[in-house]
Amino acid sequence: MAVLEILTYPNETLKQISEPVEVFDDELRAFVADLEETRLAGPGAVGIAAPQVGYFKRIVIVDVSNMKRPVPNHGYMVLVNPEITEWDGYAVGREGCLSVPDYTGNVIRAEKIKLEAFDPNGDKLSFEMEGFEARAVQHEMDHLDGLLFLDRLVSKRNDLFRRKNYKKGKS
Amino acid sequence: MHWYMLTLVGEDRPAIVAKVTAALFDGGAHLGEAAMARLGGNFTIMLMVGFDGRAKDLESLLETEIDSLGLRAHIDPIEGHLHQHIEPDVRVTVYGADRAGIVAQVTGALAEAGLNILDLQSDVAGTSDNPVYVMIIEGQATESIEGLESALSIVAKNGIDVDIEPIETLIG
Repeated sequence: MAVLEILTYPNETLKQISEPVEVFDDELRAFVADLEETRLAGPGAVGIAAPQVGYFKRIVIVDVSNMKRPVPNHGYMVLVNPEITEWDGYAVGREGCLSVPDYTGNVIRAEKIKLEAFDPNGDKLSFEMEGFEARAVQHEMDHLDGLLFLDRLVSKRNDLFRRKNYKKGKS
Repeated sequence: MHWYMLTLVGEDRPAIVAKVTAALFDGGAHLGEAAMARLGGNFTIMLMVGFDGRAKDLESLLETEIDSLGLRAHIDPIEGHLHQHIEPDVRVTVYGADRAGIVAQVTGALAEAGLNILDLQSDVAGTSDNPVYVMIIEGQATESIEGLESALSIVAKNGIDVDIEPIETLIG
């Protein structure tokens, strides 16, 4: 077991697309254990993706079961080769990232998702999830495609009160 | 290097930021955090400027642009540092028919219940005849969010709609 080094932006490799896992062996499971130890060593991270530690395989960990204000959750999840099969609704929420220290911003994510993945033994998993947990999975899966939350930022201003002014002569 | 807070105010027009920051860059200054807003048709900006010289030297760097753009400048040396962010854990939204005293009432109640305001945006929407006041505050509940909720439930009775919700920042 080891705490791995987290790559931080502007490290270019964070923009790289990760490859699917093909072999579900002890080496994979040992890596997952290190990845989880690394997540827990970070400041309150609810998820981590393999490419954040420079391992460019499609593996993420999400666990939102320890929130101060509890949210619906499936506990500790290791998702190998995850695929989102359905999206529903959207919500704005605030995100930060172990790979982008000292910055948080608003990001739009699907509110509900259906998800298929494999566990570290190669057994099939499927989940339906919503809210914060669905947000966390989408954030982590973005890393697998070389995307950071910085790529999805929306304005801090006017997100909640988006009013149109119909008065003539004003835009 | 010293940090200065540069505040500029003037009639809004395109390209102010570009011209001012080019003058700063050419003069060897560099920028930290900044916030610009257009308030009542006025251009306003606050900029953290890192600069090796004195405030007077910084001012003279900007002199030409400030004069030609018709801006007023104010420069304060500050004890500032980057990477001092505090993460907000609560968002308060307020709106109602505009009248004097909304901000004082709401923020007074919140301050008493331990809110540290980190970001505040407010606007007057609606029409001249029926102005609507809108305010969004993000802050840190130094005591509890429940305490802020009960403080707000009292001011919300005075014809103001107030909503408070926790901000759960996802770190992943």
